[in-house]
Amino acid sequence: MSNLIKFKIDGTECMAESGKYIVEAAADNGIFIPTLCNMKGVKPKGACRVCTVRINGRLMTSCTTPVTDGMEIESHSEEIEELRKSIVELLFVSGNHFCPACEKSGNCELQALAYLYQMMVPRFPYEFPLKAVDAHSPKIIKDQNRCIFCKRCIKTIKDEEGRSYFAFRNRGHKLEVVLDEEMGNKMDDETAILAMNNCPVGSILFKEKGFDVPIGKRKYDHKPIGSEIKL
Amino acid sequence: MSKPVIATTSLAGCFGCHMSLLDIDERILKLIELVEFNKSPIDDIKTFTKAVDIGLIEGGCCNSENVEVLKSFRKNCKILVSVGECAIMGGLPALRNGIPIEECLHEAYIGGPTVQLNTEGVMPNDDELPMLLDRVYPCHEIVKIDYFLPGCPPRADLIWEAVVALVTGDPLKLPYEVVKFD
Amino acid sequence: MENTVKQLVEKYGNDRSRLMDILIDIQETTGYINSEAIEEIAQLLAMSRIDVEQTITFYHFFSTKPKGKYAVYLNTSPVAYMFGREAVKETFEKELGIKFGDVTKDGLVGLYDTPCIGMNDQEPAAIINHKIFTRLTPYRVREIVKLMKEGKNMDELRNESYGDGKNHLPSLRSMVSSNIRRKGMILSDDYQSGTVIRDFLPKMSPESVIAEIKHSHIRGRGGAGFPTGLKWEFCRRAKGSKHYVVCNADEGEPGTFKDRVILTEKPELVFEGMALAGYAIGGDEGILYLRYEYRYLNNYLLEVLQNMRDNNLLGKNISGIEGFDFDIRIQFGAGSYVCGEETALLESLEGKRGEPRDKPPFPVEKGYLGQPTIVNNVETFATAVRIVQNGGEWFTQFGTEDSTGTKILSISGDCMFPGVYEVNWGFNVEDMLNMVGAYEVQAVQVGGPSGTLIGPEEFHRTLGYSDLSTGGSMIIFNKQRNLLRDVVVNFMEFFIDESCGSCSTCRNMTQVLNNKLKKILVGKGVPKDLIDLKSWSKNLIASRCGLGQTAANPIISSLKNFPHLYSALIQKDKQFDEGFDMEKAIQASCTYVGRVPNLNHH
Repeated sequence: MSNLIKFKIDGTECMAESGKYIVEAAADNGIFIPTLCNMKGVKPKGACRVCTVRINGRLMTSCTTPVTDGMEIESHSEEIEELRKSIVELLFVSGNHFCPACEKSGNCELQALAYLYQMMVPRFPYEFPLKAVDAHSPKIIKDQNRCIFCKRCIKTIKDEEGRSYFAFRNRGHKLEVVLDEEMGNKMDDETAILAMNNCPVGSILFKEKGFDVPIGKRKYDHKPIGSEIKL
Repeated sequence: MSKPVIATTSLAGCFGCHMSLLDIDERILKLIELVEFNKSPIDDIKTFTKAVDIGLIEGGCCNSENVEVLKSFRKNCKILVSVGECAIMGGLPALRNGIPIEECLHEAYIGGPTVQLNTEGVMPNDDELPMLLDRVYPCHEIVKIDYFLPGCPPRADLIWEAVVALVTGDPLKLPYEVVKFD
Repeated sequence: MENTVKQLVEKYGNDRSRLMDILIDIQETTGYINSEAIEEIAQLLAMSRIDVEQTITFYHFFSTKPKGKYAVYLNTSPVAYMFGREAVKETFEKELGIKFGDVTKDGLVGLYDTPCIGMNDQEPAAIINHKIFTRLTPYRVREIVKLMKEGKNMDELRNESYGDGKNHLPSLRSMVSSNIRRKGMILSDDYQSGTVIRDFLPKMSPESVIAEIKHSHIRGRGGAGFPTGLKWEFCRRAKGSKHYVVCNADEGEPGTFKDRVILTEKPELVFEGMALAGYAIGGDEGILYLRYEYRYLNNYLLEVLQNMRDNNLLGKNISGIEGFDFDIRIQFGAGSYVCGEETALLESLEGKRGEPRDKPPFPVEKGYLGQPTIVNNVETFATAVRIVQNGGEWFTQFGTEDSTGTKILSISGDCMFPGVYEVNWGFNVEDMLNMVGAYEVQAVQVGGPSGTLIGPEEFHRTLGYSDLSTGGSMIIFNKQRNLLRDVVVNFMEFFIDESCGSCSTCRNMTQVLNNKLKKILVGKGVPKDLIDLKSWSKNLIASRCGLGQTAANPIISSLKNFPHLYSALIQKDKQFDEGFDMEKAIQASCTYVGRVPNLNHH
């Protein structure tokens, strides 16, 4: 506890251990900064940009930036919140996110953020890209229509030898997250369920399972994402 | 003073949003006090007979008729509201977007597993039929839409609150639980 | 094949971080990277197959399918189009009977598009089997195709005289021209290679080298403009088991080619600068990260390096300084603009996809392989040598107070004398246009697509870090050019193709903006579209790296400086038009079911 430092979020005095990522330090102080690609305990890779904050006039991702003593963070200003909302909307139009038909609906972090920001309609035109569904694995379905490229599966789903089941393919607008064919064939239940659970959206699904929690009892039916953090 | 006039329609939708509108239970009596219905499947008035204040649109546009109806709503209504996911983003019908229309038609009338009697491969092409669009369009990509009520269907409470707010001019209350996409 | 792959992987020490080298070698020996090779690499390096593929599919010069015995990569930059690319392309397609993107049935020739290959002063240009072919015309294309069909080798294909400057050297034998139009301290011939290492370093401490660099106020020449002396000092102070000096020679900004010229004419100066930096920061190894487009320079540069080793300018106890051990290797990229961003470059150096890293930590603390690393531009290293030779004070007499020294500009487009010009910072655009013989100028793209597009009202502005900052790319457009259609869209598509895809903003917003721009170009725009373009493009500022943050610049700067081009296209009397076209929308279904569209029927 000796290396406690002081910092401010939107003017509120906070304290945290030096070197902690801002997102976690904020949560320790009861302040919720929305994230999408971030996962506690996993090396961050500011991919979704939803947790963007402003520090010293610069936009930084709070999942990758450690707090330092005296840091002043702007997080919930109108401008930053508007930016976050626009990123969420952008993710909706650039994939095919048909919530009513999705097994993850109600437990989906992307959808939960859209609820948080009361997205009635994205401001951008829908792109309706043609994307594939990969069902070759006996255990999981990888639906590219719903992928938001958070990299969580790539970073966390590995075999005993540390080899990744998932990886990026191509780049830019043609980017995909794909499952290794051979490893997908040999996947066990435990790994498959972990992969599904680590996916923030409905892009990775454990086969023959879905819609098993009724509407009204799902994670984000009654309380917004981040409620557990807010003081 | 005459009551505000409402019109509704279901384009490429399933009428679920209309069902949800009816799901406001006993408030429907209040609604009748508040507004008058014009063109709508609810009262079966087929054509606009007067200027309308609020048009509620269910469903997106998948064929030429949907476009015509939507355009006539835009022409006759002061305010247009996209009600439900299909109107807002095409919804389930839009799952065909990205797939060439030829493939869709072939699957539906010739190649699909449930096609049994069409041995000669006839395609529906009567002049009376609406013409299919290359993809399903959200309503706001065809005409200007003023408000959006998401949900599949939108919760009855959301539709109620929105209509009341539009009619009375009171601010719209949006508690967390009413804005949902499923 | 398996044997070859195994030997290759062993050649690079079974080291996963050398995956780029392994893949380049395989691509060059077999013309592509086949499925068996990928499997073999994956097993030898204990990676999943898909993990190997994610590196392969990131770089556009790698291919998992045969690319043709002759793989033709024709540049797509706007200047190529301005000087006849369309006719060149059509001739290739007609003579070979295939479209771009395809390979001839007999597997002889493949045709591909590629972004700027650093030949903007001699377009249209193409790379064929990593040799450069410049100033292409339909006649030249017919000649080349004929020779390819006869199965001639690459030397026979280039049956013309060799380019100017050192491009004629036996190890280069390149058709490229250096087009040096103005020389300053870097390009001048009055420096005897090795002077600083031999005569100055033995008398200087590393700290005093850094002090001179700091005193000179030189800032990075790649475009970002970070003070070089500070960077070296931070790196020297950072703790690590090794320290690295990386030279960024991935000049991918469309319109820039000055690093190609420096590396052709003054490679010794660049390498000496790297060694000098190595001395200053306590560096163990230098790496030149060279874009694959410049693969033709490889043998020549290897020769130069060997020559320097032979002269004790590289290697052990350099110049007799006990413990000054430093050597340089060349690492090639494989086709990716974003790898010019220093942290993406480091990822690529480690054999991975070129995805920029989150900062902090900065490379000076944790760079290549997690060790303290400086990454500097080719020009910065070359300049550093002259600074140490003449002193930091001497250097400050050139340029302006906040932008000291000289800058090498790559000037191309509509002008009489395209090429490289070394000028003092503080030069204004008007003078530049007069210098190169540019008349009837409509616009100048300063600093490439990620920079700004300026019009005549701003030609009084000066080049410098506090006014018009530039890595050196200057593209001139005369009044006949259609800026929005032929320049802005081209640049937006460049960014769409070159985004690494990691950030949600850059991966998607570039596409959204470009779609809107195209809608305006076909006459479907309404006033609100211009407001949307302006406000939506702000979303990109939240991207991780410079590519993403500047990816909307072609639109932002043209909107700001050429608003009349946009407003002329907008339907002013319309409030709403999302581009829906009923006739077009029903066409395909009507044709398929065999009916005549009748829109008045209902």
